[in-house]
Amino acid sequence: MTTAPSELDSPEVDEAIELSPPWVTIVWNDPVNLMDYVTFVFQTYFGYSKTKAEKLMMQVHEEGKSVVSNGNREAMERDVEAMHTYGLWATCEKS
Amino acid sequence: MTRFRKRKKTVIITFAEHEADILANLLRNLVELLYDGMPPRATESSDPLAALLDNDGPTSPPEDVVLQRLLPDAYSSDDNASAEFRRFTERGLRDTKAGDAKRVLAALESSTADEGITLEGDDQLSWLRALNDLRLAIGTRLDIKEDDYAVWEKLPEDDPRRLTYDLYDWLGYLQSALLHNMR
Repeated sequence: MTTAPSELDSPEVDEAIELSPPWVTIVWNDPVNLMDYVTFVFQTYFGYSKTKAEKLMMQVHEEGKSVVSNGNREAMERDVEAMHTYGLWATCEKS
Repeated sequence: MTRFRKRKKTVIITFAEHEADILANLLRNLVELLYDGMPPRATESSDPLAALLDNDGPTSPPEDVVLQRLLPDAYSSDDNASAEFRRFTERGLRDTKAGDAKRVLAALESSTADEGITLEGDDQLSWLRALNDLRLAIGTRLDIKEDDYAVWEKLPEDDPRRLTYDLYDWLGYLQSALLHNMR
């Protein structure tokens, strides 16, 4: 236990770090996986709405990749592992 | 011809007999490939700590291109992080994929042509994933590229790749039809 400091220093926070979680899961485009299946995986695993899942799938298809989740490194590694289980090509990156 | 029926949340697949055999053979090959060249787990050796942590997996990507696609690197530009990830997860990923394939195999082996195979929710997930892994395996061997559908469709009948491509296409049909019937 400790007493509250009599004077409060304003905390120094790097806002960029505070606002966006430092790690992301990226799904990359792939010539084999069917579009409907990729949408299904985003809905099933992440619980995304059909609209959001389709939007992410189209981004993968048209732009070559899409950020599908963000969070701490452990959580992103879990997501990447799950994507590999479904056969999607995913990597974990620092955002 | 494979038939799909939907009953509430279950999907019933009826294969023509030779189709079930073809799919079963592909799945057996996949399971064999997934366990190819894997040293026994630490749980089967004498190091109790390694067995507990399950951290004695491989640290470099497999040599086979199909396995490279099924078990990809987890980091695009950090080899050390990819190696560490692999050490902790690759065995589990191989087990999960083999588990899905074996579940489909068991259903195929215990079914008869007339009654079809009834798939509940969890079965459906295993089927989708196993069909996808087969497509990835065959697509990688064929070297399928983005948007080259027209080229493959026009392969001459006597092209040695024709039969393999037809299988690849058929697996895509099965996966689509299953997804469609799950809705």
